[in-house]
Amino acid sequence: MTAASAEQRREPIVSVRDLQVRFQTSDRRATVKAVDGVNFDVRRGETFGIIGESGSGKTTIGRALVFLLNPSAGAILHDGIDPTALSRTEFQNHRRDYQIIFQDPNAALNPRMTILASVLEPLELARVGSRAERERQAREALERVGLPQEFGERYPHQLSGGQKQRVVIARALTLKPKLIVCDEVVAALDMSIRGDVLNLFADLQRDLGLTYVFITHDLAVVSHISERVAVMYLGQFVELGPTEEVAERPLHPYTIALLSAEPRPLPSAMRQEGRIVLQGEVPSPIDPPSGCRFRTRCPHAQPLCTERVPEWRELKSDHWVACHFADRPNFSPN
Amino acid sequence: MEAGQPAQRRAEGARDGARPLLSVRGLGIRFKTTQGIWQATRRIDFDIAPGERVGIVGESGCGKTITGLSILRLLPGNFAGLDGKILFDGVDLASCSARQMRAIRGKRIAMIFQEPMSALDPVFTVGHQIAETLRVHSNIGQEEARAKTLKMLRRVGIASPERRIDDYPHQLSGGMRQRVMIAASLICGPQLLIADEPTTALDVTVQAQILELLRDISETSKTALMLITHDLGVVAETCTRMITMYAGEVIEDASVDEALVRPLHPYTSGLLRSLPHLSPRHGRLPSIPGRVPSIAEMPAGCRFRARCAHATKGCEAEQKLQDAGGGRRVRCHRFAELNLPGALHPPDAPAAAKVATQ
Repeated sequence: MTAASAEQRREPIVSVRDLQVRFQTSDRRATVKAVDGVNFDVRRGETFGIIGESGSGKTTIGRALVFLLNPSAGAILHDGIDPTALSRTEFQNHRRDYQIIFQDPNAALNPRMTILASVLEPLELARVGSRAERERQAREALERVGLPQEFGERYPHQLSGGQKQRVVIARALTLKPKLIVCDEVVAALDMSIRGDVLNLFADLQRDLGLTYVFITHDLAVVSHISERVAVMYLGQFVELGPTEEVAERPLHPYTIALLSAEPRPLPSAMRQEGRIVLQGEVPSPIDPPSGCRFRTRCPHAQPLCTERVPEWRELKSDHWVACHFADRPNFSPN
Repeated sequence: MEAGQPAQRRAEGARDGARPLLSVRGLGIRFKTTQGIWQATRRIDFDIAPGERVGIVGESGCGKTITGLSILRLLPGNFAGLDGKILFDGVDLASCSARQMRAIRGKRIAMIFQEPMSALDPVFTVGHQIAETLRVHSNIGQEEARAKTLKMLRRVGIASPERRIDDYPHQLSGGMRQRVMIAASLICGPQLLIADEPTTALDVTVQAQILELLRDISETSKTALMLITHDLGVVAETCTRMITMYAGEVIEDASVDEALVRPLHPYTSGLLRSLPHLSPRHGRLPSIPGRVPSIAEMPAGCRFRARCAHATKGCEAEQKLQDAGGGRRVRCHRFAELNLPGALHPPDAPAAAKVATQ
């Protein structure tokens, strides 16, 4: 693939090439291709969104990006380095720069540890400075995520969901990462809290120059926070481009259907009639359809879609799509 | 199927002259806890007309699920008591016997939940479970029950129902399970369907299918729908009226269009403004400061006032759910003087004005 000219000017913080992640089913009779041939770069300082429905492989990509699981094939480069080629100690030091935060803060925090102890833990494991220095840094991280001093002495059950997610963010920040993978980080939070946490992510990015990979099923969240967004379906990217382009001029029929399916809090006069309701559900990744994987649910599928895998191509500047017919004008809802 | 009850008793608070199907008055629910009795909800008042689709909206802990469960009197073990009335077609469900309730549940009022897997029994086929509801409530033979079940499975959009009727729940996808739940809930032709977060566990493309099904069924069979959700988009797409709850109380009741464009309560407005929008708008999201007060420490007066940007003197007084004209109600004494933004604040102001004048 040829990189866009804008891409060449900024060296990517992460490069993903032909990434494949495969799992054995529990009876070992079949292989699930959770991620099957994905290519993309994450640019320094940007927020890169990945959206997809359950089983699309978005979470698997997130885990692979920070090497919580290893690619079955293909490569993931951090700053041009292949972390799998590093020695054990080098790798331990390297991975501090690439952190991940998950959906459920309850699962991430030990209920028997105080908030301060939880935030201190990564610093202790990394043997950063003296004890006093570590405590200073942990308290600083808590302050940065907007939690008052006295929260350090509390336990997770004394905090609300939004506050706990702030603690998890503070903990990821202690080791001063360059990139944070955020996997459904606001999905478990109530509506009125969600905005606050999204604002916090934006503030931290501005102040600390962080790069985010924001993984979510929520189109509104991803379009609010990301500069670029990738749409995933059955282990592959079907579309990738600037968020505004993808949201307003989508190229892939799946993206068009997703956008149309999203329930919008708008009065009836402003909602568009004739939404596209896709038939059926996502096929099994054990035995994905031949050719284009979306063809079984695609309202525009042609015989060619069964026969040939659509090429991943840059149809417009910086806007990629995998669909044989994406350049046909009758596709677009506009 | 049809509402064939004699209209002998005038339901209280009927609006527009039409008798509501459901009329909840002064409903409050109490629970036992280790720290004493907690008042989970109080002074809940609302009506649902026959065939009407009403969304009950709020964040976790606001009492929306408990309100839904209380209508069917399906309250958890630590339930400590209930105040007020739940008039359904003229009968007060709050004072019905367990036997009377069994005759109503599943037949005249049905309920579906977020997670169909926990509502379906894994050891029986889906056909058996749907037909069971039918056989409990009517004198009907097996053959006939099976035929009706098949018809209902087809109605809820299950492809090749002849094959699926003998499947077990684990053989179905999440979307199909929810369709089976809907089939089971509708098999006796209820007048009211209570759906508690029916699509929250589903993917967005499947959610669109289920919402369309619920809307379609409500329209064609005149089943009233009480849709409990935290998702304002789901309510906008499915319902005609929206009741907003906060900290155990109803704080606003309006048509969906009015509530979205011109909310009258600062909390409704705050919620609408805090939602990220689909069109990219990389700015700060307006948010509501603070958090919902815990049940144990409910403030007197307006329960939202500690988080409200418009709080003044007078907010410490108890707030009544007052008539705001045009069939709207709001629990805020300042509603007439505040001009609150809704879902369409800055980006589409002309459009908002257009909608509002229609």
